Amino acid sequence: MHKLLQEQTGAKIMLLGNESIARGAIEAGVAFATTYPGTPSSEISLNLFQISQESDLYFEYSTNEKVSLEVAAAAANSGLRTLCMMKHVGLNVAADPLMTLAYVGVKGGLVIISADDPFMFSSQNEQDNRYYAKLSGLPMLEPSCVAEAKEMMVQAFDLSEKLQEPVIFRTTTRINHSSAFVDLGNIKPRIVKGHFERDPFNYVTVPAVSRNLHVKLLKNIKKAALESEASALNFINGDGPLGVICNGVSFSYVSDAVKDLKIADKLKVLRIGFSNPLPENLIKKFLADCLKVLIVEEGEPFLEEAVKAMAQEAGLTLEIKGKSDKLFSRLYEFDPAMVRTSIANYFDLPDRPGIAVSTDDLPEIPARPPNLCAGCSHRATFYEVKTAANEMGLDIICPTDIGCYTLGFLPPLSMGDFVICMGSSVSSACGFAKATDQKVVAFIGDSTFFHSGITGLINAVFNNHNITLVILDNSITAMTGHQPNPGVDMNNFNLSGYGQVKIQEIVKAAGVKHITMIKPFKVKKSISEIKKALEYKGVSVIISQEICSLYAKSIKQLSDRSFYITDKCKNHRDCINEIACPAFFLDADQVKIDAVACVGCAVCAQICPENAILPLPKKQS
Amino acid sequence: MKITRLIIVAVGGQGNLLASKMLGEAALSAGIPVHMSEIHGMAQRGGVVESSLVFGDAESTIISNGEADILLGFEPSETLRALNRCNKNSTVITSLAPIPPFTVAIGKGVYPDLDQLQKLIRSRTCKLIAFNALELAKQAGNIMSTNMVLLGALIQTNILPITTDQIKTAIKTKTKKIFLDVNLKAFDLGFEAALKFSEFKASR
Repeated sequence: MHKLLQEQTGAKIMLLGNESIARGAIEAGVAFATTYPGTPSSEISLNLFQISQESDLYFEYSTNEKVSLEVAAAAANSGLRTLCMMKHVGLNVAADPLMTLAYVGVKGGLVIISADDPFMFSSQNEQDNRYYAKLSGLPMLEPSCVAEAKEMMVQAFDLSEKLQEPVIFRTTTRINHSSAFVDLGNIKPRIVKGHFERDPFNYVTVPAVSRNLHVKLLKNIKKAALESEASALNFINGDGPLGVICNGVSFSYVSDAVKDLKIADKLKVLRIGFSNPLPENLIKKFLADCLKVLIVEEGEPFLEEAVKAMAQEAGLTLEIKGKSDKLFSRLYEFDPAMVRTSIANYFDLPDRPGIAVSTDDLPEIPARPPNLCAGCSHRATFYEVKTAANEMGLDIICPTDIGCYTLGFLPPLSMGDFVICMGSSVSSACGFAKATDQKVVAFIGDSTFFHSGITGLINAVFNNHNITLVILDNSITAMTGHQPNPGVDMNNFNLSGYGQVKIQEIVKAAGVKHITMIKPFKVKKSISEIKKALEYKGVSVIISQEICSLYAKSIKQLSDRSFYITDKCKNHRDCINEIACPAFFLDADQVKIDAVACVGCAVCAQICPENAILPLPKKQS
Repeated sequence: MKITRLIIVAVGGQGNLLASKMLGEAALSAGIPVHMSEIHGMAQRGGVVESSLVFGDAESTIISNGEADILLGFEPSETLRALNRCNKNSTVITSLAPIPPFTVAIGKGVYPDLDQLQKLIRSRTCKLIAFNALELAKQAGNIMSTNMVLLGALIQTNILPITTDQIKTAIKTKTKKIFLDVNLKAFDLGFEAALKFSEFKASR
């Protein structure tokens, strides 16, 4: 049985934040769950995907976050408890349904998880999604630790049903990817079949209907404000004339600082867990009891600006600070010592001095950037497109997209010139092609193509842009941990009952006249095919098909045969300098291949000018 | 309860997340609160994997610069890179088996000299335990047991509020049966290796 399905109420187990959130949803009786995978949210959905295979929970990987929220909106309005989860930038994609779903509301509880990523551990920006709650008018909850995340998830479902509105559950990476002990609670029974009551004058958002629905939403915000005011998720710790207001992980750092600085009798802490609408009366009363207040929140001054406005309304003139050059930054994430020092400085309290060893004079340590894996098919495709363009003397621009292959922008491949968001490769290619005379070659992965590349491709065909789109089809959503996508053969997951969408057929149906299929591990043939596609005026598409080597290994489809470098090697180092596979290493100035890392793609063997790279003899088994 | 802060740094694939999980399980059985954090988004793409474990009465799951009581490094250059997490009272345990980053192979950096590296760490911290954990893992029967070797050395220092019995129980519950003997042997080899360092210091 899946560990998150165990019924042992009261048992204490060690869970990752994302497992704790998934368990919370299970305890709340979630019956329907949708997602598009994205770090740091991915393990929530991975666990629910696994659970759905051994229970009556419905789970789907949707094609993108907008689709995912729309599917969830219908399930919730059929009365089911529904969870829709995504990373912060995913909510941009889902923003369209979000805004009007807030008007429409829900019947069964709907919780929307936004997993924000301060410091951008694995994201293209660090936007603060608390503003989505304000923008949409939806209630928002924010846990401060792993154990609380589980409890809060249950409360989020109850709140959603009570208010008949979706609830935004906002986390940050340090909640998602921290682990701690969690007490298991009761699992509510799942109600897995709903019924949709037709009610077009409340569901079909034509202007006349929406004008009424907006009134309803404003009423609901008022009801939500009362809930927030009374909520135990907003609470005060400690006592004294000094005040801190904080949310999320910052609360942990503040709590440790209070202990460290021994100021529990001087300083009280207002923790905001129900952060939209804010508990206005509670905050005003807190301010009135303080001489000076510090706001501790990662990201934007969301609380700070609201609290200052409340102070103005209440006629309070105490000093309130948060973001400033001397205190907290809007950049990146906080850490415990930073929070402790800022509290000490702001309130004029003695701090513990910095004690870190000096490292200014350390020798330079070589960087260890992430790299495409040994035997990654993307590396081969990038090398081939680059070689084809060089041989044709083309000055190319390469808009790329979001996935493992974004790493192709690093030298020596250097194939990646522009990325802003999922799907932007093909659409920005259209703009570059019109605005310049440069040849534009865009790259997109299979999952990202399904997510939001198709519309851009249709745009390219309709507006007749002169671009080449390379679809890097490695038959899996690799970057986020090998989730399925519509192009994947679900037999690989031992699952049946799924459809499978062929990229080639979509491209053809979109009206693309020049379609090329390549097998990237056949270097010469691929280069000559790529040249034909680059010569074509208009929209040409190259579909480069080769399974992700990591995924192939995990499903035991990898015909592992390592290569080695023979003494014919004359140290040209084309292998290292052109393709830079991490299986290479230098030993006494000679290139060697790590036989454990090498997966036998044979790309290096095909580009070695001395033919010095050969397969190792097959292992005797 | 006293707070003890541990940072583990490794290269993707070295098994530090499993080692962290075992420490977490052992703490659970010992009734010691623990909060852990890990960054592993790019782990399988050859990047650095870092976990932090805070034992005792603290709420934070991450560790600021200068505040680690122990730094456990699975790879020497990564240990050096994380040295700013230490203070003069910190204990550093590191494997001396290098995994040069790919940047070295393409001439974009020089791998630090191991003797100088040890001298530097020793001069700034309270104690350095440094040995080739990969060799001991091989000796135990599987290079994948490097994490268990280092776990053995970590427990030997007796800085964490976790006993050998508690961690061995955790190893038993978290290890597949066929790897168990190797893992336990690797743990013992690491434990013995660290023991030599305390004897060495005493005899000086």
